[in-house]
Amino acid sequence: MDILYNIFIDPFVQMGSAPDLFVQTLWEGLVSGVLYALIALGFVLIFKASGVFNFAQGIMVVFAALTLVGLYEAGVPAILALVLTIGVMFVLAVGVERIVLRPLVNQPDIILFMATFGLTYFLIGFGELVFGGNPKVMITDELYLPRGSVEFEMLGGFVSLQKIDITAAVIASIMVASLAVFFQKTRIGRALRAVADSHKAALSVGISLNQIWIIVWFTAGIVALATGIMWGARSEVSFALQIIALKALPVLILGGFTSVPGAIVGGLIIGVGEKLGEFYWGPLVGSGIESWLAYVIALGFLLFRPQGLFGEKIIERI
Amino acid sequence: MVRKLSTILATAVVASAAFAVPAKAQDSVYVPLFTYRTGPFSGSGIPIANGMRDYLTMLNERDGGIGGAKLILEECETGYDTKKGVECYEAVKGKKPVMVNPWSTGITLPLIPRAAVDKIPILSMAYGLSASADGDTFPWIFNPPNTYWDGLSMIIKYIGEQEGGLDKLKGKKIGYIYLDAGFGREPLPLFDQLSRDLGFELKLYPVPADSMQNQSSQWLSVRRDRPDYMVMYGWGALNPTAVKEAAKINFPMEKFISIWWPGDDDLRSAGAGGKGFKTLNWHAVGTDFPALQDIQKLVVDKGLSQAQKNSVGEVLYNRGVYNSMLIAEGIRNAQKITGKTAVTGEDVRRGLETLDLNEARLKELGLEGFAGPIKLTCADHNGHRPAFMQQWDGQKWVKISEPIEPMADRVKPLLEAAAKDYAEKSTGWPKRTEPCDKQS
Repeated sequence: MDILYNIFIDPFVQMGSAPDLFVQTLWEGLVSGVLYALIALGFVLIFKASGVFNFAQGIMVVFAALTLVGLYEAGVPAILALVLTIGVMFVLAVGVERIVLRPLVNQPDIILFMATFGLTYFLIGFGELVFGGNPKVMITDELYLPRGSVEFEMLGGFVSLQKIDITAAVIASIMVASLAVFFQKTRIGRALRAVADSHKAALSVGISLNQIWIIVWFTAGIVALATGIMWGARSEVSFALQIIALKALPVLILGGFTSVPGAIVGGLIIGVGEKLGEFYWGPLVGSGIESWLAYVIALGFLLFRPQGLFGEKIIERI
Repeated sequence: MVRKLSTILATAVVASAAFAVPAKAQDSVYVPLFTYRTGPFSGSGIPIANGMRDYLTMLNERDGGIGGAKLILEECETGYDTKKGVECYEAVKGKKPVMVNPWSTGITLPLIPRAAVDKIPILSMAYGLSASADGDTFPWIFNPPNTYWDGLSMIIKYIGEQEGGLDKLKGKKIGYIYLDAGFGREPLPLFDQLSRDLGFELKLYPVPADSMQNQSSQWLSVRRDRPDYMVMYGWGALNPTAVKEAAKINFPMEKFISIWWPGDDDLRSAGAGGKGFKTLNWHAVGTDFPALQDIQKLVVDKGLSQAQKNSVGEVLYNRGVYNSMLIAEGIRNAQKITGKTAVTGEDVRRGLETLDLNEARLKELGLEGFAGPIKLTCADHNGHRPAFMQQWDGQKWVKISEPIEPMADRVKPLLEAAAKDYAEKSTGWPKRTEPCDKQS
């Protein structure tokens, strides 16, 4: 009976007895969720356009953040370093299209997937050669990102919101809204969706596959840069950031690989779910459940919607 | 970048020269260095790798090696990954290394049973299996100058001093945040025992490797549980993130105490909130020692190091130097015992067992005042040396306590029991047959 009480009653008693902590946990979950969603968005963009699961998205986050900080450390003013980093991500997108994707057109998806493994190892090695493996401090102040926290006394306690987290939430929301408009309302967005449906059909109506791929990889690069800045500000800019990208997998499973709203909703569900799970139910099993709880949540959803929350239902006649 | 490329080029030229004209076997000893300059833990791995390599390179440059034997150095990149570490071991063991430094508790554990079979001593300096300090059970494993259990006992002792005595810990709450891996789990048995013996409540906050940079759940739990002190066994990105998160919830930094692994970069990354954070340490920081100055002059200034000049003397760099000092002294002792120049792993095992770094010897090495004396024996492969507390003042580490002796009375019986238990549970664990040299 004690076990049942600890699982089904006690966590809710705790939520009621310390509502400020519940609100704080919810907030931390939402912030993590938004950041997971940003990483997942990078995956979704490329998957939508080419059907490729881009294994290199995690290292692109590291590479973008390292480039930004590396340029600043080399004496480039912060804002110019940001602009140059965007330029570097564009060059990377062009390079990926020319060197990796173009020679592999019409190859099975698994070949393209493996090519992104190669790209990952290239970016790791290149990043380490140019910037070294030492962790770096994100140039938060220089980019005019706010520091410190805002504290509210509420519900018999206090809730503390970090300004950088609020900024991350705002920036992520703006990026998501812009991308949604871009995909739904612009000519390029429609072309991109056409490419996602069928490469051959898109080519036959005059859509340039190569151009679309560059746009998509460049956009994923920008998303990676935003993610790298936000995560880097929360911790440090190091190759450890690429591990965070693994958190995008349950988000994608949950939200669907082809849905921008799915990445957002999936990110928020995973973020909030794992924080509440770890905080209220973790101690029952010795804590440290966060890393696998995300997959359990995703699998739970899959039982009812195998295509993910917003994924396209694939019907194949056999 | 140009400097890096030229270093790589220089290394390649030196390496090719070494292969083109093989040194006579009797003129050299092969010392592999397991390092991690890449991957999620490189922030901790790089300064240690630099310190280790630079000290041994300095011996080659200044003295032509050790006792007439040139040191053949070779790094193997493990990425702090146990599988890669074991691969490194398999790759180097055929080249007759005089010892292996795994630089990871996770890598050390699978190497322990192999060491006796392959006759290669394992030096896991202040990490690895605490019980391997028992030389009678683990004749091939060395973990000086203190074990993780010693470290924990020193931290608890220090907390006791802050509170006015160990008896005052009764009813207190101590939180433990740790990397949820072999390293972080290592002190748990002792922590559990001490909490029962001294009457404090232990709260555990494990951090999985993929959550190192996302510890908000753990620190929310800390906020809920309100421990009186926090103890940390962290590595890589875990350390700066933990310090940042602690500052975020306004945890008093002077009550946040770590084992000896956080480095300067970790605290710089953590920012202003890290001021007041404490860690154990057993050696000096800075370059005010003749050996460190020789490194600067003969290695760093000549472009033979991968370290930035201003990183020489930082806490983890000097940790690497200390590690290599032990390597070098083990080799030197082996030469003394056997009369050979090109010693083997079996000889160096004996050399390590007779290690006696007293004040006079440290002075000869140009390291007077760098660290306390240490003496190993056949039975004690650790030394269980004291460590002191240092505090981050926002810019640098400042020593804030006298040396703290480990709680030998509490640690030793547990350690002996753990060693016995390990041997019993490992089917066919060999009884020690290696003779004990007279010097011990």
